[in-house]
Amino acid sequence: MIKFTNVFKAFPKGGLALKDVSFHIAKGEFVFLTGHSGAGKSTVLKLVYADEPVTSGEVRVSGFNVAELRPRDVPMLRRRLGIVFQDFRLLEDRTAEENVAFALEVTGARRSSLPARVMRVLTQVGLAAKGQAYPRELSGGEQQRVAIARALVNEPSVLLADEPTGNLDERATRGVFQLLRDINASGTAVVMATHDLDLVRQAPYRVIELQEGALVYDSSVDEPRDQAATP
Amino acid sequence: MNLTIREALLAFRRAPLLSALSVTTIAFSLFVVGLFGLVAVNLQDALRGVAERVEIVAYLLPGTPIESITLAEKDIEAFPEVQSAVYVSEDSALARARAELVEFRDVLQELERNPLPASIEVRLKPRFRDAEHVNDVAERLRGFGFVDDVRFGRDWVEKLDRLRQIAAAVGLVVGAAFAVVAIIIIGTTIRMAVLQRSREIAIMRLVGATNDFIRRPFLLQGAIKGMLGGLVAVGLSYAAYSLINRWLIQAAFFSHAQALAIVGFGTLIGLFGSAASVGRHLRRV
Repeated sequence: MIKFTNVFKAFPKGGLALKDVSFHIAKGEFVFLTGHSGAGKSTVLKLVYADEPVTSGEVRVSGFNVAELRPRDVPMLRRRLGIVFQDFRLLEDRTAEENVAFALEVTGARRSSLPARVMRVLTQVGLAAKGQAYPRELSGGEQQRVAIARALVNEPSVLLADEPTGNLDERATRGVFQLLRDINASGTAVVMATHDLDLVRQAPYRVIELQEGALVYDSSVDEPRDQAATP
Repeated sequence: MNLTIREALLAFRRAPLLSALSVTTIAFSLFVVGLFGLVAVNLQDALRGVAERVEIVAYLLPGTPIESITLAEKDIEAFPEVQSAVYVSEDSALARARAELVEFRDVLQELERNPLPASIEVRLKPRFRDAEHVNDVAERLRGFGFVDDVRFGRDWVEKLDRLRQIAAAVGLVVGAAFAVVAIIIIGTTIRMAVLQRSREIAIMRLVGATNDFIRRPFLLQGAIKGMLGGLVAVGLSYAAYSLINRWLIQAAFFSHAQALAIVGFGTLIGLFGSAASVGRHLRRV
């Protein structure tokens, strides 16, 4: 599904963002990506969705060899992924429905099929009643749910979430996390970058920890430990 | 409705101020080009009017038989450069002089003998009204045995020639300069529209939109803005023309084709300006 083999990533101005990172995430898995700010979590995700070029090593995602992907094939890769961010990245001048439909439209989906598919994912994230609302009329948690619905509408095999609860209060965090667990339970792999260790401890999922660009702990390989080293 | 068209039109509704600003900027840039075009069109008209008066007069020896003259008239009219050749007899020359030279009416009245020679007045076709062809035809007219003298404003024709060349060169340079300035200004306003939507473009790319898909609404939007700007520019030019016509001088306006060319030029600038701006933006991010 996602396979990193000896991946290095250099910063444009020198220094390494990732040092010799290797791991394999299987279909349907739920993986926490942990570490301090700047440890390389976001970089790992950016390499997965081809937002940054790989410096050396191999990155394979859903059958794509990302390091050798031609620019014109990048959109095809991204249609197989769902991506969620800390800052939601919704279009402010479109309703929840339109934001979700937008992700379908760019793939050239038939217009007649849109309303049903949009309603299905909005229902899945618990926002069926708020389809007509604009992002500014929604709470942070609700906005993140819209973003998750947008990520799901193309039925991706992997959902990438970069600090999805970073901007949310505790209640909203629990709600969004539960939603991600539900999504995973229905078969979608989820890779969630977070530094919220309470969240990590709540669930029995695999943990990959990065430190200054190096992979320092992988719960699927290393001995289990009571507590991750990072705060 | 097609997604591209919908997105392009939506952009006008979402950013009415910026859209209006773009259209206005394009309109005024093209208006300047249009004003210059008006000057060029009118200058051309004026020069053509002057050139129409280019005439070669072949004065005939007295006593030339009318048969020879009629024959010569036919010959001259058959010259490829010649539009018309008209015989003016001694008598009609005098009559014309009396009518035109009012100050000398008394002198002309008292003449015992008509001193004016008969002549053939030759007018050239428009595209041959330059110094070279005028000289050439004059030379051939001199070849007729009964032609006494051939007159035409040589200096004058040559000056007209030079004036025309200068007008064409100045027109080309100034017109091109205005067009370049217009393209730069229009490119900048389109760039603003692209930057204003850079967040949206980034999100489109994240959800898997191809560059073509992102580009298309911008191109259409740019073309529409350019077209609207062109239409407004033609309208402003017409207003300027009306004012000039009313208060200053009798002037001419663009032909339909020329007006259409301004609108077309605006549309093309809008299209290519957008293509350049979006292309640059997509390459950078």
